[in-house]
Amino acid sequence: MKSKNKWLSAPYMLWSVVFIIIPLGMILYYGLTDKTGAFTLNNIIAITTAGHAKALRLSILLSLISTLVCFLLGYPLAMILANMKAGRHNFIILIFILPMWMNFLLRTLAWQTLLEKNGVINNVLTFLNLPALKIINTPAAIVLGMVYNFLPFMILPLYNALSKIDRNVINAAHDLGADSVYTFIRIILPLSVPGIISGVTMVFVPALTTFVISALLGGSKLLLIGDVIEQEFTRTSNWHLGSGLSIVLMVFIIINMVLSAVFDKDGEGSML
Amino acid sequence: MNKRLSHIVSISVILALTSTSFLTGCGSSDNGKNGQVIVYNWGEYIDPETLEMFEEETGIKVIYDEYETNESMYPKVESGAVAYDIACPSDYMISRMIQNGMLAEINYDNIPNAKLNIGAQYYDQSKEFDPENKYSIPYCWGTVGILYNKTMVDEPITKWAQLWDEKYTDNILMQDSVRDAFMVAEKLNGFSMNTLDTDELAVAMNSLIKQKPIVQAYVVDQVRDKMIGGEAAIGVIYSGEAIYTQQENPDLVYVIPEEGTNVWIDSWVILKNAPNMENAEKFIDFMCREDIALKNFEYITYSTPNTAARELIEDDAIRNSKIAFPDLSQYDNLETFVYLGEDGDEIYNELWKEVKAY
Amino acid sequence: MRNTAKRIYVALIILFLYAPIGTLMVLSFNASKTRAKWGGFTFKWYIELFQNEEILRALFNTMLIALLSALAATVIGTVACIAMTGMKRRTKSIMMGITNIPMLNAEIVTGISLMLLYISLGIKFGIGTILLSHITFNIPYVILSVMPRMKQLNPSTYEAALDLGASHLTAFFKVVLPDLLPGILSGFLMAFTMSLDDFIITHFTKGVGVDTLSTKIYTEVKKGIKPEMYALSTLIFVAVLTLLLLINLSPDKKTS
Repeated sequence: MKSKNKWLSAPYMLWSVVFIIIPLGMILYYGLTDKTGAFTLNNIIAITTAGHAKALRLSILLSLISTLVCFLLGYPLAMILANMKAGRHNFIILIFILPMWMNFLLRTLAWQTLLEKNGVINNVLTFLNLPALKIINTPAAIVLGMVYNFLPFMILPLYNALSKIDRNVINAAHDLGADSVYTFIRIILPLSVPGIISGVTMVFVPALTTFVISALLGGSKLLLIGDVIEQEFTRTSNWHLGSGLSIVLMVFIIINMVLSAVFDKDGEGSML
Repeated sequence: MNKRLSHIVSISVILALTSTSFLTGCGSSDNGKNGQVIVYNWGEYIDPETLEMFEEETGIKVIYDEYETNESMYPKVESGAVAYDIACPSDYMISRMIQNGMLAEINYDNIPNAKLNIGAQYYDQSKEFDPENKYSIPYCWGTVGILYNKTMVDEPITKWAQLWDEKYTDNILMQDSVRDAFMVAEKLNGFSMNTLDTDELAVAMNSLIKQKPIVQAYVVDQVRDKMIGGEAAIGVIYSGEAIYTQQENPDLVYVIPEEGTNVWIDSWVILKNAPNMENAEKFIDFMCREDIALKNFEYITYSTPNTAARELIEDDAIRNSKIAFPDLSQYDNLETFVYLGEDGDEIYNELWKEVKAY
Repeated sequence: MRNTAKRIYVALIILFLYAPIGTLMVLSFNASKTRAKWGGFTFKWYIELFQNEEILRALFNTMLIALLSALAATVIGTVACIAMTGMKRRTKSIMMGITNIPMLNAEIVTGISLMLLYISLGIKFGIGTILLSHITFNIPYVILSVMPRMKQLNPSTYEAALDLGASHLTAFFKVVLPDLLPGILSGFLMAFTMSLDDFIITHFTKGVGVDTLSTKIYTEVKKGIKPEMYALSTLIFVAVLTLLLLINLSPDKKTS
């Protein structure tokens, strides 16, 4: 069926050119010109100014922490889920997708209601005579918001990769005398790498460009690179700088492409 | 559970939801017999009933669209993606749109209610951004001030300087927008809030940086809910929210700080090349009618510049409220934002980024 | 003992994911308009919801756009997957990289660049432009869920069908499609979900007077979110969850 289907790629190729490549070209154009339309690299180099560099560092740091937390929370969960009854596959996916059917802004505002000084969680803690939780308007709250929002994107590819591992391979390892830890490190973990790559990308990259979470849960006290880009487009109307900075962020997309090409040759680490 | 069945179920759930919304959502989309008018306004910034009344009385269909900030409105209007007739931007955005030739001159002959009902002092205040009152007709206005919770402070708050008092550490909510935040620091230091003087701006920026450690959060619309919930002792807020927040939490007090503050005005403007110019004039005239302005005031609770409508307010306490209707002539340090040009904006933004990144 | 620990762990994660939704549900019964104060129990927001034509229209638009864009993305994405299996490794990696761009780019960049595209093409802004944009950012989710199914396909069944005299189309619909179906449906669901939740791209590509639930909610922020929105979210959530639970939990034994 291979060669005969080449023409089938035409619709999607056309679609990508019109709706992905051309718009991307426009962003490149803005990013590489100044207000007069002359060519410049200043919008790209702008990432090195103290404020932007710090914002980028902070964003990378918070996204890395969030990705790590998502991974540590998600991996055991995905393992448990993968060992459950096979027929439940879709139900499990839906359980983790369903929260996303509620509007993102409403969910994030709800976290504010939960986490605030006089919020729901603290009311419960006070009632139980426990010390209050002081997390709202701190970087920790931003991480919590990111983890909350992106956890499903970690769980689903991990679950997908883990449930594809042949039980016989694991049983064979046990039969040959490997203990659980050894089996995990030598068999399960390596076999789930595509899922890990996919999960890490799907959490890390969107977390890098997010801005609503830091405003609503972090009290806007930390400037993240997503905030900067958003402000350049909407507040300052400096589309040139905004585009330049987002071109810089595309580096991470390229890194992701390379990583997937190296580790995920067969496209196993998919979302679902 | 069969896999495919569960898929079919999930799809049918979606279909069911879609079809129910089909049944309820299909309304009339007929055009008015006298054409239409396309209005771009802030979210929740009009009593929907007044739109229906307008359509009934004039036979003009209102196509109504909403935005959430001046800044998200501007690129949509500028790009020409949609040809709007009317918008309702704030002061500094109006001067920007005037400078960029995006507004049509207003013909007051066709909008008699505008001169009849809107107070002269509001036209005077508008001159700061629309020097000859050629382009804008005030719709809502207010001040920016301090809202404080009297159970959480030791003494009455009367000035911006108290927002730098360390005993309120972690109890202060600042506005999370460049101009509003800088306005506070500039007034604190006795500068104009439209200054472009490099030294003054440096002083203002340093004040903001100095204040940052004691600020609980920089917020925009969440001040209201956070103050009602007792999250902070002091917040910078728009006067239009003051009456509402006091109703929800009687411990809250609103003051106009001694050092002076911002008088903001949101005004109706007609866009250049408005496709339905005549209907746009009729719409604005209708909105300036005292009974309609009163309805809108009661709905959005932001102060109305419509003096005729104010006379109709039944509740004495609100009609004479010093919060909703402060006497502007009593103050000599009130100002209104003007657009500072692209370069001016960029200077402010760079400084604000330094504050936020500090 | 170990099973109990596992159950508790899963339950905790689910609690974490559903805590804010529980909060929204509680707020939908709050008589006070602000989220910061409990003003007593009320049903009034539910009554007002059904009288609010604008919200219902926005719900209709949201569902219509989500359904149509997910359907279109599913078709285009599935066809693209089939086509890509026949490609050289390098062409394929490039295609996959391009596919990932709308998913990984900052939404505001995608939104503004699409707006610029429609302006330069002279397309009239309306539901159509929202649809085109949603299809664009939905396709990657479809491709990412269909692709692995594609990998598991056994090409010889298709060829066998051809040998037995089936036409290409028949062979595809009778042999290939059934195998791909779970991936296609998952992709459809994911696309539907992403479309429901999008705000920024919709804002920049929508026409006048066309609102989705997201754009309505964001414009309400300045004056405070109307509790009707909480009521609507609660209704959608409860409806979906009840149906899922009913059908997933009861007749379990027989089929699985």
